Amino acid sequence: MVPLYMAFLVGGALCLIGQIIMDVTKPTITPGHILVGYISCGAILSGLGLYQPLVNIGGAGATIPLSGFGHLLAQGTIKAVEQKGLLGALSGGVEAAAAGITAAIVFGYVAAVLFDPKG
Amino acid sequence: MGMPNPDKLKKVEAEEYDTLVQQLKPKPAIFKNCVWAFTVGGLICVIAQLITNYLLVSGMSGTDASAFTSVIMIFLAAFFTGIGIYDELGKRAGAGSIVPITGFANAIVASAMEFKREGYIFGVGARIFTVAGPTLVFGFAVSVLIGLIKVFITS
Amino acid sequence: MPAKKKKGIQTVVFENPPVLTSWASIVGPKEGEGPWGGDFDWILEDYMFGEDTWEKAENKMLRETVKLALSKNNLEPDDAEILLAGDLLNQVISSNFAARELGMPFLGLYGACSTVAEALLTGAMLIDGGFCERIVAATCSHHHTAERQFRFPTEQGTQPTPSTQWTVTGAGAIVLEFLGVGPRITSATIGRVIDMKQNDMTDMGSAMAPAAADTIKAHFHDLDIPSDYYDLVVTGDLAKVGMAILERLLVREGLTPKPNYSDCGVLIFDESQGVNSGGSGCGCAACMLCGPLLKKMVKGEINKLLLVATGALMSPTASYQGETIPGIAHAVAIENY
Repeated sequence: MVPLYMAFLVGGALCLIGQIIMDVTKPTITPGHILVGYISCGAILSGLGLYQPLVNIGGAGATIPLSGFGHLLAQGTIKAVEQKGLLGALSGGVEAAAAGITAAIVFGYVAAVLFDPKG
Repeated sequence: MGMPNPDKLKKVEAEEYDTLVQQLKPKPAIFKNCVWAFTVGGLICVIAQLITNYLLVSGMSGTDASAFTSVIMIFLAAFFTGIGIYDELGKRAGAGSIVPITGFANAIVASAMEFKREGYIFGVGARIFTVAGPTLVFGFAVSVLIGLIKVFITS
Repeated sequence: MPAKKKKGIQTVVFENPPVLTSWASIVGPKEGEGPWGGDFDWILEDYMFGEDTWEKAENKMLRETVKLALSKNNLEPDDAEILLAGDLLNQVISSNFAARELGMPFLGLYGACSTVAEALLTGAMLIDGGFCERIVAATCSHHHTAERQFRFPTEQGTQPTPSTQWTVTGAGAIVLEFLGVGPRITSATIGRVIDMKQNDMTDMGSAMAPAAADTIKAHFHDLDIPSDYYDLVVTGDLAKVGMAILERLLVREGLTPKPNYSDCGVLIFDESQGVNSGGSGCGCAACMLCGPLLKKMVKGEINKLLLVATGALMSPTASYQGETIPGIAHAVAIENY
């Protein structure tokens, strides 16, 4: 099991990079841009085989940041291609990330039913 | 009048003005923001690691434990967004609460809640993807591209 | 003889200066906790104002402010000839729907946060032009409706920058008449749209400051009055960042802003209220005018006031298409006679 302090350091460092990008670049960078950037970069790094080592060291510190979600998509696709070929390129990513995506949408819907925005 | 080119002059004027703005505009407190982002982001990952460790000890496989952890973290983010705490955290933590999957969940839940008053189909249903949509589009696009490259290499 | 009431290029001077006979202001809870809380007519306990959406609450604020301003003169909405109003929301819905319920003849305006001055100067021209005797100028803004239209869902965890402004929840209405007792609108300068190519959606002050400088310069130039003519020159919602820039721009133009220059966005909140650069929104200048500023004029603490309400003509659609943020500012001179 990954020690907690490694999860803290790796997760913290990944967030730190995001903060520096937000503060140093023009403030036209919104949370949406950050999320898109992280998921894409995570998937690309994962495709190049560079993200798995980070997961081995940091555990949840590497999988919980959205780059880890990109890693999940990329690895799912790669595995599916190995099993099913071309079809796997289309189905693998969503299959691997299905639980997270569905959870976010369903919980979002439920929260909207239960809570009003307080502002 | 002896003005050479009004468009060029306007451009120079705008550039000069921007220099003045950059001089007078206060910069974000980068160091403080970074400390907050690092700490909050790190702590969110520690909570996730604790959950993963617990699931692993109770006999779940590595992949399942990781997926289940994500679901629990998304649930927590939805809950704290619902009761109006996550946005307060975000004001201080910045990227520390945006980058983790809880930030992704927060963006989805906040959009869904916000547009409840425009109805459940075109309010909640349509707007829930305001931030999640772009993220998933690019995530899927990159993963399909990786899959195609993989197909190309193996064949 | 054409345009005999015009002076210089952009300024009108009123022959029979219209009178501000009564006014009213309603503000949200946060503005009520600010340094001028005691000067507003009505402080709301929450952002809903007994309605089920924030948009409806904003509409009700505007409606109630108009009624309150008229009732101070024992008047009903039917007694005024025209309602001139505008707000920040798409299709100026707060004003349209308030006008629907008030049943008054209505002209909807859009000048972003400069609307209070736009309404006042249009109304003053209608009155001095002999087209009507009594109009109501009104505007409003609501923090949460503006947030969700221009920025992010209110529950999303986003980090403000030091130049971010807090949209004021508030409404102001002024009854303007041909005859009556009160401060009078003596002249007004219609602003040009000025765009200095600023594109930071979290910094409206920098986008608006050049427009304010342009209008102030035009006002003093057209009327040929000394730069210390007014007891107070007050801009609408430049806030700390925009105010610092405007002071520099005015000095460049040979006008001395200090010590009788201030900004409603800086005044309306305390530093400790977590508003970053300061307040903004149509309600910012409107509430400060219809609350503390006119109160000071009645007491004689201010006799000559130049209100320069500023507006950032920002559109999220245009900004996503790469457009910059144009600014506008209108100046209204209010004087005790």
